[in-house]
Amino acid sequence: MTVRKNQATLTADEKRRFVNALLELKRSGRYDTFVTTHNAFIMSDTDSGDRVGHRSPSFLPWHRRFLIEFEQALQSVDPTVNLPYWDWTADRTSRSSLWAPDFLGGTGRARDGQVTDGPFARVGNRWTITVRVDGRDYLRRDLGAGGRQLPTRAEVDSVLAMETYDTAPWNSSSDGFRNHLEGWRGVNLHNRVHVWVGGQMGTGVSPNDPVFWLHHAFIDKLWADWQARHPRSTYLPAAGTANVVDLGDTMRPWNDVTPADMLDHTRHYTFDTAA
Amino acid sequence: MSSITRRRALGVAAGAAGAAAGLALTHSAVAAVPRAATAPAAGPAPAAFDEVYQGRRIRGGASHGGGHHGGHHGGGYSVTIDGEELHVMRNADGTWISVINHYEPVATPKALARAAVRELQGAPLVPLTLT
Repeated sequence: MTVRKNQATLTADEKRRFVNALLELKRSGRYDTFVTTHNAFIMSDTDSGDRVGHRSPSFLPWHRRFLIEFEQALQSVDPTVNLPYWDWTADRTSRSSLWAPDFLGGTGRARDGQVTDGPFARVGNRWTITVRVDGRDYLRRDLGAGGRQLPTRAEVDSVLAMETYDTAPWNSSSDGFRNHLEGWRGVNLHNRVHVWVGGQMGTGVSPNDPVFWLHHAFIDKLWADWQARHPRSTYLPAAGTANVVDLGDTMRPWNDVTPADMLDHTRHYTFDTAA
Repeated sequence: MSSITRRRALGVAAGAAGAAAGLALTHSAVAAVPRAATAPAAGPAPAAFDEVYQGRRIRGGASHGGGHHGGHHGGGYSVTIDGEELHVMRNADGTWISVINHYEPVATPKALARAAVRELQGAPLVPLTLT
């Protein structure tokens, strides 16, 4: 059974296995297919047209399905590996063990943003950025650039308190839990974390940085936490909404999974703490 | 490096990715990538601009339909850096994002182009590389 743990609690052996599975997916070419898929959706999801992966109600079930698929790929390399999550309200500085050389490596150097330590540094030659939008082929970060701050626990709680899952017009201008969690409106949770990390994480090809998965695993956990807090609230919209994935509609690119199928994460994994 | 456009590269790559990842990626999923947004977002079309910013030529203005600059999601507005198209998108509230700064909206396409130039640190904007 897959148990997703807080990254701060992983043992040295769990970190080593997770990193090695990432490097093997990268070596085999499978990793980059996930980057490509994400960028394809981020460029095609629009507020006024079809939207599936982002800026829409299906942001949460889409990424849940995407992470399950990625976790299964990791487990095909090493069946003991599960996706950890990064609680950025708690581990909120570049001195967190998350960014140590035995795990994800640290921030980029001043000159060009290049990450120079850890398993994903350019010097290791095992993490070439292949799916990219500019000429640079090395992993970049600028953790907390310009004094930016990660969201606080109080800000997260203010979003978890929102009873309504999502509201018309079901896009980046919506009120409700989903859009406040995604961050296009209000205190800004998910989007702000992408910007705080910087480098590729701020771009459409953000899964180039392995922290993408740990960030989204925590966003996914916050969805589960919200469900536990609001048992009478559910995914919206229910049916008949143009350009938007309703509860029972299938989602691209899989076309065989609906938001309804994704509501109960315990069919696929549990967390190290009760939601 | 292929000389095909970023969007064509993306469409091809998305199909390849789906197949490689064992996804049931259909024709419609691939076709959705190059399709243009159907309607502009809120507010009037922003003004055109053409300037050199930190040594880079940035230009923005109404795009012409068809050709390889059609089909982006800027509501008929396109932005280039040193002649290479920057994928831009207009949000419902009238703010803008690009593929370089995707999670941090800014007020105008010119501000977006300038933010991309700063982020690029001199690197060329290139079509997606196919593996």
